[in-house]
Amino acid sequence: MDRNSNQLRAAHPLDPKEPSKGEGRRRSGSATLQTFLIPVLAIFTGLVFGAIVIVATDASVIAAYRNFFHAPGTALRDTWNVIALAYGSLFIGAFGNPATIAHAIQVYRATGNQKDLLQAIYPITESLAAVTPYILAGLAVAVGFKCGLFNIGAEGQFGIGALCSAFVGYSIKGLPWFIHLPLALLAGALGGAIWGAIPGYLKAVTGAHEVVNTIMMNYISYNLGDWLLNGPMKAPGYRPLTPVVQDSAMLPRFFPPPLRFNWGFFLALAMAVLVYWFLFKTTLGMEIRAVGANPDGARYAGMNIVRNFILAMTFSGALAGLAGATQVLGIDHWVGQNFSAGYGFDSIAIALLGQSHPFGVVLAAALWGFLRSGATNMQSMAGIPLDVISIIQGLVVIFVAAPAVIRWIYHIRLARMETTVLTRGWGR
Amino acid sequence: MAANLVPAKERKPYSRNRLVIGLVLVATGLLILLLFGLHLTAGQQATYQLTPRGDTNVIPIPALTLPVQPSIYILALIAVFLGGWHLARGIRSTGLLLGMMAFCFVAAFLTWATIGQTLDLVGMLNTSMVRATPIALAAMCGVISERSAVINIGLEGIMLTAAMTAVVSATLTHNLYIGLLVAMLTGGVVGAIHAVLVIRFKVDQIVSGTAVNIIGTGATNFVSARFLETNIDQLNNSGTFPNITIPLLVKIPIVGPVLFENNLIFYLTVLLVVVLYVVLFFTPWGLRSRAVGEHPKAADTLGINVYLMRYVNVILGGVLAGIGGAYFTIGSIGRFDRQMTNGKGFIGLAAMIFGKWNPIGAYGASLIFGFADSLQVKMQILGIPVPSEFLGMAPYLVTMIVLAGVVGRARPPAADGQVYEKQ
Repeated sequence: MDRNSNQLRAAHPLDPKEPSKGEGRRRSGSATLQTFLIPVLAIFTGLVFGAIVIVATDASVIAAYRNFFHAPGTALRDTWNVIALAYGSLFIGAFGNPATIAHAIQVYRATGNQKDLLQAIYPITESLAAVTPYILAGLAVAVGFKCGLFNIGAEGQFGIGALCSAFVGYSIKGLPWFIHLPLALLAGALGGAIWGAIPGYLKAVTGAHEVVNTIMMNYISYNLGDWLLNGPMKAPGYRPLTPVVQDSAMLPRFFPPPLRFNWGFFLALAMAVLVYWFLFKTTLGMEIRAVGANPDGARYAGMNIVRNFILAMTFSGALAGLAGATQVLGIDHWVGQNFSAGYGFDSIAIALLGQSHPFGVVLAAALWGFLRSGATNMQSMAGIPLDVISIIQGLVVIFVAAPAVIRWIYHIRLARMETTVLTRGWGR
Repeated sequence: MAANLVPAKERKPYSRNRLVIGLVLVATGLLILLLFGLHLTAGQQATYQLTPRGDTNVIPIPALTLPVQPSIYILALIAVFLGGWHLARGIRSTGLLLGMMAFCFVAAFLTWATIGQTLDLVGMLNTSMVRATPIALAAMCGVISERSAVINIGLEGIMLTAAMTAVVSATLTHNLYIGLLVAMLTGGVVGAIHAVLVIRFKVDQIVSGTAVNIIGTGATNFVSARFLETNIDQLNNSGTFPNITIPLLVKIPIVGPVLFENNLIFYLTVLLVVVLYVVLFFTPWGLRSRAVGEHPKAADTLGINVYLMRYVNVILGGVLAGIGGAYFTIGSIGRFDRQMTNGKGFIGLAAMIFGKWNPIGAYGASLIFGFADSLQVKMQILGIPVPSEFLGMAPYLVTMIVLAGVVGRARPPAADGQVYEKQ
């Protein structure tokens, strides 16, 4: 029998699979429960570790613990205060202060004055605005993973997409918004698509590994962006940034400034639905997933590996480019240096956390966006550097990727789960 | 001749690879003429300074002054000639051909750029080798762990953490050697974490590497913001390793100042490259490591402890990357800045693949990246009309072109990236 019919052969030692040696054989809960339980526990454990890091690096708490045996109550109380302040300001930064919001609603009902209400909902609108590029960039990496391709180039594709859409946005004048805006978004998607297609093509035709090529494309895009921002695309003045895009190319906002929540969020959600439909309801999407799960089997079944690799990377690049476009057209309205900084690693983590499924990606992106948004407030209110979020996020990635660690901590038994082969080695 | 006895249709067909390389060589020659050979006048000269200014250690030799026009024509001619010879008769060593092509193009470019000026060639070569050091160490870490089939892309995270612990411990103890040892230890510990996640918990190797990068970057940024930026003198001011001059060898013109006037970490790197090459390919331990990477089941059947070999190799790789991290702080500027590795870890990965998982090859690739780095800086000084950003792109473009198969597919160790289950 061919080596791909799983039922008729014994398990091969080199198959990737869940570690079953020595684990309990009883099933605990359904697999669906575990699909949600593990990420939730992972997030919770990550937050606990984060709290430990915050407490361990706080000078006043360390001083209190020096006197632990004299005044244990003080030490414990100080610990609790620090954690409460940190995570409290994180929550407020992400969602807003519930008391303030309730009060503002009352004021609005009484007097019709919107000002307090708008101020109260500012945090949550900022969080939702931050979630938008994460959804799109996470989808980009997830589509790549579904085809077995590791797209580390999301950051470069994001940047190129931002530049392309900004160019269309500021250079064409006099168009009505219903032509200009889609055109600018399309330009961004196209720029990202090309940037992703090149490594995809090289991988498909020559076998050159996409990890290295996408990293190279990232660096090329940084240099290209620097040149453009200091040269052809530079706005008048000293700073390396593009001119502001035309009003007709901006993504409409729902509230008056300084609130920045815009249509981009719903565009991102729509793209998530589109990606879901494409991957799970079309033949082409099924082929891409088949190639990702088992390229040899797919080739045996007659699928065109070359075309699928190129298609997946192009689609992935287009989504990342669209992420850059929505960020420019919806939030900043111009592009500066380091515009795409951080979106690369974050989008990989989001795709992994969301198990490469579009709806999982949306949830993971929501978590990321809210954490990031809240962290800026945590930094200003509690004085804790925003990078503690990166530590928490990295730990969450590990916990999700190593369910065994979470199971070991919380003594959960293994349930039979479908394993997803996320990535493969360098060789093909 | 034997070829005449073989029937025509059985003779090896003219390979596409040969055609491509031959044509590319000819095209390079023409490109040299087109880009650099036009608008030249007869009297132009370029001066290459071959003795670093103010360097008393080396036997001084006079600067090399080249007449620009003939030099560029000759270089173009060499490229075209080699391309033609390869198309007609074939030259066996592809590496030599590509090397000559690169040499001709770069030499022509430098000569063109230095018209009427002086270029400190020796200084530039020295900077290339020094800048290549962290890339090479990252590449070595990649080589040693991937030869045992464990992919380690967490190099940025390892190097950043090691850089930070190196500078902090060196500042606290006023001893750079302790800083270096602490960096090696840190690298080993982070490598061990990756190893445990990947071998014991069977986490996907790319995921684990990415997590190491995220946590490493986040943790070092956090500590830097929280402690280092406010306590610079107590925690972040270590000084750097001084340059050690090797007495007799430094006198050799050109080679001396480039190789024999550098600091401890540089010498350590060169030594480690050679040692790693010898150990991997000429010792039983190296053979076992490679066996574990190519066919773990067979190695296991022979009694090799696959898990132990992988742990050891990944941890050793972490130690090497730790030295690479130390370079950034105690080997270079004496303080820690956020995200100071700036992608060198990933470049090291590219160098590893470029060098085909061979320590010497990876070192060569690192030198190329280092050269491109120093070239970019030099070009800004010389005031070339080409924007420096395009020069910055050049090494990455070259890597992509090379990986596209002009030098053949890079083949990793056979079991690379796969989980091993002991039966």
